[in-house]
Amino acid sequence: MLAFILKRLVQGVITVWFIATATFIAMHAVPGDPLRGERLANERIRANLQARYGLDRPILEQYTIYIGSMVRGDFGISFTQQNRRVNDIIREHFPVSATLGILAIAVATFGGVLWGALTAVYRNRLPDIVIMFLVIIGISVPSFVVAALSQLILVSANSLFGRSLLPVAGWGTVWHMLVPALVLGLSTTAYLTRLMRSSMLEITSADFVRTARAKGLPPTRIFLKHQLRNAILPVITVLGPQIALITTGGFVVELVFSIPGLGRYFVDAVQQLDYTVIMGTTVFYGAFLVSMVIIVDIVYGFVDPRVSLE
Amino acid sequence: MATGNDTQRDPLSRAALRQLVVLGVLSVVGFAALLSVLGWASSLTGSGAAALPAIDFATGTITTSIRDEPPNLDSTRMTDSYSIMISAHVIEGLLRYDANANLEPGVAERWDIGTSGATFWLREDAMWSDGKPVTAHDFVFAWRKAVDPATASQYAFILYPVKNGEAINRGELPPEQLAVRAVSDRVLEVEFENPIAYFDKLVAAQTYLPVREDFYLSRQGRYAADADDLLYNGPFRITRWVHGASLRMEKNPTYWNRDAVRLNVVDIAYITRDAVARLNLFQDGRLVDVDYIPGEALDQVLQQRWSVHRYNDGSIWFLQVNHRPGLVTANYHFRRALQLANDPGELVYKVLKTPSYTVAESLFPSFIRGENGLFRQEHPPPTVQTDLVAAREHLELAKRELGIDAFPPLVFLSDDTPAAVTHSEYVQEYMRRNLGLELRIDRQNFRQRLAKQEAGEFDIALYGWSSDYDDPLSFGDLFASWNLNNHGRYNNPALDAQVRIAQQSLDTHVRFAAFAEIQRILIEDAVIIMGYERGVMYVEDPRLKGVARRAQGASTDYTRAYITPDP
Amino acid sequence: MSAAELQPTAADFTKVVVARETHALSRPSLSYWQDAWRCLRRNGRAVFSLWMVIALGLFTVAGPWLWRVDPAAQDVGRISQAPGLPAVARVIAPYVAWPGVTVAELPTAGSAVPSGLRLAEPATTQAVRIAWDAAPGAAGYHVYRNLYDPAPDRALGLPLAEIFDPHRVSFEDRFDLDPVLYWYSVVAVDRDGVETEDYAVLVVEPLLAISADEATARGWLADGGGVNVGDSITPPYHPFGTDYLGRDMLARLMHGARVSLFIGVVAPLLFVFFGIVYGSTAGFAGGRVDQVLMRCADFVVALPFLLFMILFKIAFGIGPGESGVMPMLVALVLLSWPSTARLVRGQILQIRNEGYVGASRLLGARTGYLVFRHMVPNTIGVILVTLTFEVPRVIFIEAFLSFIGMGVAPPTPSWGSMSNEGIKTMLAHPHELLFPAIFISVTVLAFNLLGDGLRDALDVRMRGRE
Repeated sequence: MLAFILKRLVQGVITVWFIATATFIAMHAVPGDPLRGERLANERIRANLQARYGLDRPILEQYTIYIGSMVRGDFGISFTQQNRRVNDIIREHFPVSATLGILAIAVATFGGVLWGALTAVYRNRLPDIVIMFLVIIGISVPSFVVAALSQLILVSANSLFGRSLLPVAGWGTVWHMLVPALVLGLSTTAYLTRLMRSSMLEITSADFVRTARAKGLPPTRIFLKHQLRNAILPVITVLGPQIALITTGGFVVELVFSIPGLGRYFVDAVQQLDYTVIMGTTVFYGAFLVSMVIIVDIVYGFVDPRVSLE
Repeated sequence: MATGNDTQRDPLSRAALRQLVVLGVLSVVGFAALLSVLGWASSLTGSGAAALPAIDFATGTITTSIRDEPPNLDSTRMTDSYSIMISAHVIEGLLRYDANANLEPGVAERWDIGTSGATFWLREDAMWSDGKPVTAHDFVFAWRKAVDPATASQYAFILYPVKNGEAINRGELPPEQLAVRAVSDRVLEVEFENPIAYFDKLVAAQTYLPVREDFYLSRQGRYAADADDLLYNGPFRITRWVHGASLRMEKNPTYWNRDAVRLNVVDIAYITRDAVARLNLFQDGRLVDVDYIPGEALDQVLQQRWSVHRYNDGSIWFLQVNHRPGLVTANYHFRRALQLANDPGELVYKVLKTPSYTVAESLFPSFIRGENGLFRQEHPPPTVQTDLVAAREHLELAKRELGIDAFPPLVFLSDDTPAAVTHSEYVQEYMRRNLGLELRIDRQNFRQRLAKQEAGEFDIALYGWSSDYDDPLSFGDLFASWNLNNHGRYNNPALDAQVRIAQQSLDTHVRFAAFAEIQRILIEDAVIIMGYERGVMYVEDPRLKGVARRAQGASTDYTRAYITPDP
Repeated sequence: MSAAELQPTAADFTKVVVARETHALSRPSLSYWQDAWRCLRRNGRAVFSLWMVIALGLFTVAGPWLWRVDPAAQDVGRISQAPGLPAVARVIAPYVAWPGVTVAELPTAGSAVPSGLRLAEPATTQAVRIAWDAAPGAAGYHVYRNLYDPAPDRALGLPLAEIFDPHRVSFEDRFDLDPVLYWYSVVAVDRDGVETEDYAVLVVEPLLAISADEATARGWLADGGGVNVGDSITPPYHPFGTDYLGRDMLARLMHGARVSLFIGVVAPLLFVFFGIVYGSTAGFAGGRVDQVLMRCADFVVALPFLLFMILFKIAFGIGPGESGVMPMLVALVLLSWPSTARLVRGQILQIRNEGYVGASRLLGARTGYLVFRHMVPNTIGVILVTLTFEVPRVIFIEAFLSFIGMGVAPPTPSWGSMSNEGIKTMLAHPHELLFPAIFISVTVLAFNLLGDGLRDALDVRMRGRE
């Protein structure tokens, strides 16, 4: 077990290194001088800025400097906001996105697993039909529409009741997080519900379930230990990437609900070719995702005894 | 395998249902626990005060919003309206604007402006927020920093009227040679490069704000990065700044005129461009005002039966053309064709759907004051009648001069705000249908659009300009060949000559004649394609009064605002 | 009987003739796919969704042929029109500037409310001209316009004008006039700019009217000739209404379908296929090969999607303002396959330890045969679910990218970008959001039901069980 974890950690570090290198290559392959020439009428100014950001050195040297600073955890200074460190930007805004993401995943996982199991139990009957209808709506309506609509509903509800039930936008208290997390987790919930459902249906008709019933095992134990536990496996498999996707893809929710998350910053940085922010955030996201995947694999190994952790 | 009907009686399914219910309850409880933990964790960092209502009489707080994060609060380098608005609340310069856009004393108690120079006497009780007094040295340091080429400030040109300013910015002289000196802690002396009639107006601009040297150096390059990286000598100070989320300004106890400031806290709790979200917050009683309401959102405003107002934010919007030699757009006949085809009436009345926009007839907006009345009435601009037939003829002439058979696709640079989106798509289709030109829209966000314009990466660009100081020269010198804000690099020695006259003459009559000539050249040489003068629609809680909304200085000014329970 | 008589002889034995067949084929033999097709056909919902997909295909391909309206043509006189019946417009003379009404003498007595608020001439959508009698003590007037009755709470509406000259007692409104009811209010203002409490109000419904030249310019008339002032003409009909620039919604939906469906269908097909190959290879091979392959997959997922989109866009030589459909497709395929690969690998890991796999291998089956004949069909269910979910996900990604300028450029429409634009006017003009959102939902629904039906038909483990 320990050897497995160590091995995965080492592999994780190598992956993060790959990501950093690929990002570095990508950023330097993109034409478009981040220091727009015209406004710096003076060569001296341009030289100053180049030296400050180290852009005047040969590319291999730049790469070494870059990797060195990554290892130290220093991502440099933002190009466009020249007095803010990238570390500070990440430090201030990532927890917000992460909080939102964790809540959204929690909603999606709990909801998806339970709703999916419910539909499998009541296959083709009313609960199944109702839930699957909601699932289809959940995946077919775009996230920005859902976000805008939910904000609208909140506003109407607040004015209907004459007082503010839930805050309509912003960030800071528990109540600010509730609706955005639900909205963000909606499509993943629908996806996981569906996945769980098809997985449960396959399991339920599998041989080992019939065997268990024939053996006369208590129904509770069959359901929990055999059906649920096996059906959950595909769900766990996709959880790793989904976590990262939700965290990074919360841009729309962050915009509509005025939430100061990293997603908004990242998109702005890409549009403005703010090199340091892009590289720092990408490597950070990469490291985050890799750790999520490792954790999920370990959990998977515990849940599914057939998979031996070599 | 059990089919539908059997599930009811199937003990396996019943057990499953019980299990699911138990698991469901457990997960709800677990989720609530997770929520509480995360909520507690985030309240340590987040903007918890967002739970306050729009107006809180107990604490004297109002809650408002701005549309974008101020990119740079370093006064020597700031360029955009958000940064200017915030800094006008927290840092004060020699002079400031009052509610009617007239100049009044700021840090300077009195001043004397002559033909070759000016002297300012600073007041005794002007203090920084750390208790030290504001001295003339702070202004000297800031102004030198602004012209220093190492700072690479885009607004260095606004200090060119000070002697040696331009030479220093070009690298020919060291910054210490700037002709401003602190005679004593309380007296500031300035020498002009040339006689200048409007220096008092210039001094109220943001680049002339003071910066204290020891504090600046102690920040080690992080000056103005965060709330504690700034010193405040204005009516308010920033007490909390969560980038991209919120900015909280509290009354500054060390401000010399603190008795005139009636609000305790101005809490900018939301930073978002989404107008619908802001209107929703206003409806929810969480925002005290919403400005820059786009045309599409006006129906919601009417439905809610709110009082909607408008004010002129002093900006004028037009299509800037790239005049660099060799480009299609540099050709006079091509530009004239665009000008003749242009129908800003249709744009303003039918497409933009915002009643506060008016058709622009000249680069000098309609509210600019002339010698005795309005400049527009004293010197009316030459009119251009929309004439599609003539426009097409000019296009043919252009093709012949350029020696081409058809025009290549042109890049049309624009913002991503709703008004810019509508405007750019309208122009694209209009030009295609009436002139057969293909325009490709390059849609960028604000900062990137500015960067591309500065680099000249456009054929046509949608551009908005507002004055930096209260003198028509702020519009008049926009297309001088040395002005870096002349992104199209329009170069006309006749226009340059007129700008010099306006800069250096002290005779008002001569100056306004120069402005009129500049106005004529701009229209007759089809330098730009007119758009509209922007007015801003806003809603405001009737219990808030005294907010100054004007075309000069900070567009929204809460420093003299107050709240009253009876509207 | 003696013992000899009980001995069986050869004569006692006759050969049993099997006269009837115990095992006969009652129907022709079916292959896997033929059986699946029959199963699918019996599923009502799946058939319905199949028809929907075909209908969408026809809408996309044949639609623009039948409804030949240019999706980029802007009819600025009919912006954000809701879907409705065809309208009728009157032809009027071209616009001439109005000098307005001024009075030389100002009254000194009377109520402070401007009286006699009236229309100076019949109101049309070209201009509404109102005039009133001067009010004593007024230093100027403010004119407002509302879509609703200002009474009782003095909600005057949009401020249209501030008149500073007390002698000017008229106003011409040209701002965004539609043939609906408007309430015009005129308030007197004193020297300090303070309004009086009372106001005069006038209800106006302008007539939809246009001049002949403008009608030709806007495309309402085929050519300039043939109409006189006073005639009635029919503007082009927009069955689904128009958007915020007066463009026909139906035409935009049809052209948008091309972009959205092309990307939404082709990209998932490509990357799911690749994911299957990759994931099954990893899952079956196991050991170090599996580890290495999966690490590569992780690495791909961690790459920032937006950034590589921009890279491809530039690599393909797409300039600003041009549509980048191919780069989007390539980027989507290259960056989206890992999740399918992971899923398939997980399934393979489960399956490869099953009995029939071992048996097949003992019988001498090659690896390829095992993977594609045994393992993949058993994972079809999960894969199909994934596929039917990737279609809407890709359509949404395309919408987001078009919105930030990395996808289709204006004026090319796509359902996603139309939804984005529709959100801004969701309250006032819901049809701009409703139609593209409905089309996206219908497409997604169709593919989902189809996926369901396919899974039921194709999944070997579900077969034979109801």
